[in-house]
Parts: sequence; C-alpha cells; structure tokens
Amino acid sequence: MFASPAFARVLSWAAVFLLPVPLLRAQEKPYFVTYSTDLEEPGNLEIALKGLTASPKDANAFFSPTMELEYGATAWWTTEVYAQGQATDNDSTVFTGFRFENRFRPLPREYFVTPVLYVEYESVSRADKSILEVTGHDGISSFQVNNSQSHPIVEHSLESKLILSSNFKGWNVSENFIAEKNLSNEPWEFGYSLGAARPLTLVASSQRCTFCLQNFDAGAELYGGLGTRYSFGLAQTSQYAGPVFDFRTPAGVTYSFSPQFGLNDNSIGTLWRFKISYEVQQIRDLFKSPSKRNAQ
Amino acid sequence: MKMRMLLVAAAAILYSSSSLLMAEADGKWLARVPDEDKARVNPLAGQAKAAAAGKIIFEENCARCHGVDANGLHNRPSLRSERVRHATDGQLAWMLRNGNPYKGMPPWNSLPEQQRWQVITYLRTLPPAGAAGGKP
Repeated sequence: MFASPAFARVLSWAAVFLLPVPLLRAQEKPYFVTYSTDLEEPGNLEIALKGLTASPKDANAFFSPTMELEYGATAWWTTEVYAQGQATDNDSTVFTGFRFENRFRPLPREYFVTPVLYVEYESVSRADKSILEVTGHDGISSFQVNNSQSHPIVEHSLESKLILSSNFKGWNVSENFIAEKNLSNEPWEFGYSLGAARPLTLVASSQRCTFCLQNFDAGAELYGGLGTRYSFGLAQTSQYAGPVFDFRTPAGVTYSFSPQFGLNDNSIGTLWRFKISYEVQQIRDLFKSPSKRNAQ
Repeated sequence: MKMRMLLVAAAAILYSSSSLLMAEADGKWLARVPDEDKARVNPLAGQAKAAAAGKIIFEENCARCHGVDANGLHNRPSLRSERVRHATDGQLAWMLRNGNPYKGMPPWNSLPEQQRWQVITYLRTLPPAGAAGGKP
C-alpha cells in the first residue's frame, strides 16, 4: 500500500519531523475529530502530526498528514494553524491547504456542561482527504476523483462549532455541533461529533513510571454529516465510529491511535488514524529578557 | 504579502496574550467559591503516597508557571503564599476545577478529581514562603 514513491516521500518527511522530539508533555483527550472544552494552557505551544490512511472502495489508497500548531494565547483563547496534504497511491502528492482556527471559552467557570465557541477559516482544495470533520453530504465519491481534477478547485470556508463538554467520575463526554459555509454560493452544511473517554485509572501513581495506567486514555468517537440547509438529515451523508486510545509517555510525547469504521455505504470502510504530539511549555518565556525570566 | 500579514498576526497574538496574562492573581476568586465547595474535605489529606503522586503531577503540569519550588514565576502567583495557605482544601479544589481564566489560570477539570486532590495534598506539604526551602 505504501510502495509508491509518493508515500515514501510523505513518510520520510514525517520521520524527519518526528525524530528530534524534545522531552515535554502534552495533555489532551484521545479524540481525532471531536473537540473537548480543554484549551491549550496559556503560553504553551503544541506541535502535532495527525495522519490518516485508508483504502476507499473503488478508489486509490491514500495517506493524509496534517501538521498542527496550537498556541494557548490566554486561558480563554486558543489559536491554531493547520497545514495539510495528501498522497494518493497511483496518483500524486499534493499540499491541499491550510486552516486557521480559534477557540474561545465564553464563561469564567466550569459547569455540568461547559461550552466553548469555535471559529475557523479554511482554504483547502477539493483534493483534501484529512477528514478533520464531516459536514453536509461529504462522502466516498469525493475520494474517487483524481488529484489532477480535484486539486485545482480551492474552497474558502468559514466553519463554526459549538463545543460542549462534561467531566464526571473521570469521564469526559464531548459533543460538537458544526455549521460550515463555503464562501462561494453554496448552502450551509452541518455535522456533528460525539466523544467519550477516560483515563484507565483515576488515581496517579506515587512513583514515576512509563506504563502506569494513568498514562493511558481510552474511549470512543462517533461523527458524521447532517446534510445542508435544504436537505437536513442523515440521508446521503457519511458516518463513522470507532474506539480511540492514547498513551502519554513520561518523555513527553503523546501517541494517539484510532481505527474508525464507516457506518453506511457512503462512508469509507475503515479509516486508520494516528497522532503524535508534544507540547513546548511557556514558549513565550523564551522571548523575555533573562532578568525578567528569572524574576519570581 | 500574505506571509508578512501572517507574521504580523502571529506577533500580535503573542504580544497581546503575554500582556493579558501579566494580570496578577488578586485573590478575589476566594469570594466566589460557594460555601458548599469551601467546606469540602480532602479525602487524601495527610497521606504520604498522595503527596508523592501530587508532586509528580505538580511538576508535570504546574511547575512551568508556578515554579518547581511553587514560589511562582513571571508574576504568576506563589503557591506558598499566606493566601493559599489560609485557603481551605475545598477552595483550592474549586480553583483547580474552575481556574480563573480571565486572570490567566486555566481550569484543570480535565484532570480526574482524585489527581486534583493529590496535588492539594502535596501543596499542603510545602513550607511557607520565607521558611527554609521557601522564598525569602
């Protein structure tokens, strides 16, 4: 499946990016599509590589890497940039575009259901295969088009999400409601995602250890399209579900993995997702003078 | 041109965020803690193992802002201060759960409650600022 030069190129770049991983730690839920209300801690920069590979029916296998830079601007505002591409077997490797998103915490404290607001601008070609979310009538047919036909068409969209999360007894349950508007003359498209996860144990160990249960999270995710303003509903949408796992190493790198399964004929049979991330803590302190940096 | 605009935007975000965060914690949050939360008791209080676990969690999540010795860094508050020492365990638990986002403290609701109690147990083992091992 990865025998083509295109895949080899993408994997080599991924390896170059991931090898010099520093010893820092990232805190996050294991979801791939669903957002929880956890924002990046203020001053921290998270660097992540999300990958997705699949072999859609009647289409070429592909690998889609997404580079993610997430910065905690304040305790109530996180800003993020994505750059993404894809390599399709027997086709080509293309850079598909970028996304710029912001998440805001509107309320000053936690509630049983805590909201976060999400706004994103994206400039992404139709060759995009990252499936960072599913909206409208997104489906398997778009994966059956050659890059030469789909890549020249670039869509500029605004996307908003209402993110809701609850935390109780160690469980995190998150719900996202998505509304997306292509800035050309297309109708509003809708989607959703749901996730639930918890650490394998709630009490931390009193000794430093690599494979302590507290370093593992497990859960499940369900997401899909909800049609458009003119055809709202589940008809002709794609829907996915699957378990999610992550492992936070004491060395600071977080590994996430999820096999996700299409729930109808309009979905890809199986998506294999992974994510590797690490957090550079208090990066802005590096820009302060040494005297201020040492001030207490 | 696009690249220059992106760089300017990134610099503005970095600058504004550091300015917003420089607001020092003022202790007003203590008055916002409901009585019910204020009266909560740490189920792990005084347990050495809980304090040891809390120290590890503190070093992984809190030390970068509050300092490895918890004396505070870059205008971020000391956790050995009189204010923190006089706060009840319930008040500290409320702060860890809710944070004080407009003063720069994020909520740590994503940590399981037991781990937040472990952190509080550890904080109670720290000497006051000015004592041996504390800030003069």
